[in-house]
Amino acid sequence: MSNTKSVNTKRHRERKSTNSNSSQISAEQAEFLRKQRNDKTLICGIQWLIFIGFLILWEIAAGQEWINSFIFCSPSIIAKCFWEMLQGGTLFQHVGITLLETFVSFSIVILGSILIAILLWWNPKLSKIMEPYLVVLNSLPKSALAPILIVWLGANYQTIVVCAISVAVFGSILNIYTGFITVEPEKIKLIQTLGGNRFDCLRLVVIPGSLENILSIMKVNIGLCLVGVIIGEFLAARAGLGYLIIYGSQVFKMDWVLLAIILLCIIAMLLYAILQAFEKKRRY
Amino acid sequence: MQPILELYNVGYTYHTTAGETVALKDISFFVNPGEFISIVGPSGCGKSTLLNIIAGLLSQSQGELLINGMPRGDYQEPVGYMLQKDHLLEWRTIYRNITLGLEIQKTLTPDARQRIDTMLKTYGLFDFKDAYPRQLSGGMRQRAALIRTLALSPKLLLLDEPFSALDYQTRLHVADDIGNILKQQGITTILVTHDLSEAISMADRVLVLSSRPGMLKAEYAIELSIEPRTPRSSRNAPEFRDYFNAIWKEVDNEQH
Repeated sequence: MSNTKSVNTKRHRERKSTNSNSSQISAEQAEFLRKQRNDKTLICGIQWLIFIGFLILWEIAAGQEWINSFIFCSPSIIAKCFWEMLQGGTLFQHVGITLLETFVSFSIVILGSILIAILLWWNPKLSKIMEPYLVVLNSLPKSALAPILIVWLGANYQTIVVCAISVAVFGSILNIYTGFITVEPEKIKLIQTLGGNRFDCLRLVVIPGSLENILSIMKVNIGLCLVGVIIGEFLAARAGLGYLIIYGSQVFKMDWVLLAIILLCIIAMLLYAILQAFEKKRRY
Repeated sequence: MQPILELYNVGYTYHTTAGETVALKDISFFVNPGEFISIVGPSGCGKSTLLNIIAGLLSQSQGELLINGMPRGDYQEPVGYMLQKDHLLEWRTIYRNITLGLEIQKTLTPDARQRIDTMLKTYGLFDFKDAYPRQLSGGMRQRAALIRTLALSPKLLLLDEPFSALDYQTRLHVADDIGNILKQQGITTILVTHDLSEAISMADRVLVLSSRPGMLKAEYAIELSIEPRTPRSSRNAPEFRDYFNAIWKEVDNEQH
């Protein structure tokens, strides 16, 4: 106990010393830091300016009838649509269903592909047998499968989840498995020299050593699952953002379509940000 | 005295689709308890293969290998094995790296923890037990790897060029540290190295292997007239140079 304390105070002292260093920075360093800050503000400012400028231009163009607001819509129409759907509660229904389908398929993809990757690692012969199948299935454009899935499974949530899984799972298995087999052989040897068996190698080296890789695969997969869910909803849904897009475009309710697309952007960004925050927290 | 390790005509053959390679042939020697043996030889002579067989990671193709008079497969106690790199797991703290072997053997008792704490203090790592490997210098990491190996209280320790990943200065220090630690604890050690000075400075006996197939070519008992004998002081012994030249000739003949 006392020693952890001493390490802590040591760290504390180091932090203090860097602080005192930064309070006595030279004029050049201050100038450099100021410039860095200014650059950052400028970049961020221009990013917002483009976004807001685009919205204003779009609104004016629609208002002045430079573009047909029936086809191209306008920010104010979308905002009004958003407000109405929010009050009617249908917005939550659509977003909720799409999110639920994404989470379910994502969880199945991650758990399933970790399990299958473990099986392949455990049994090298099995992995050799399966390799060509996985490679072919991975490079197949999965949207080609969606119509078959509807025929086989019917137009329901199950089909949408299966569709999303089929988009993400094969690449996920291959990537996780590749991570497993690229763990340093010497580390496996270390576990063996300490008297460990194959399960110890898996538990102590292969899985903990692959966690970072698995997290970055998860970041890709959450996006792929969302793509799969939308493909599925295009074909087999009665609700959800994909349904809103396809139905809206059929009945020329362009505000639904564009609102759904904007919501998808926001969802994709948030999901990615959540996983990224998780990844940062895990750094040792 | 019962030798701790006995090899009788041990041989090993590698098989690949391209053909078979005889890596070791007719190796016979004994190691007595508490002895420090160095094995040297040209690269590719099967030194590491020999250690893998003694460690039980490979089984010999021919011959017999006894530990404490028992066939290798019947000897259940751990044999310590240190590899070239420390291979500390970077996601575990130093303490949890050190307890790795005990966790695997399910022998992480309060007694073992006490022993680890004592070793951490003796080898100057106690303040770093909650640090992660990346925060330690190369020499400290190698000492942590040694504690991990010794935590299992092996009677026999195998070292496979354990200092070769360190820079020269650190290497001399760590070799000195580790040599003294092992002498104090009376652990029987087999060191494989291509550094002849290191082999002579640490060992009671040096075995020279021939190039492939590796056969036992010569054996030198190292007797140095220097007190106290440590790996560092050995290098100043008057006989050191003679041993070095003799062994260097043996190895050099093999390489040409």
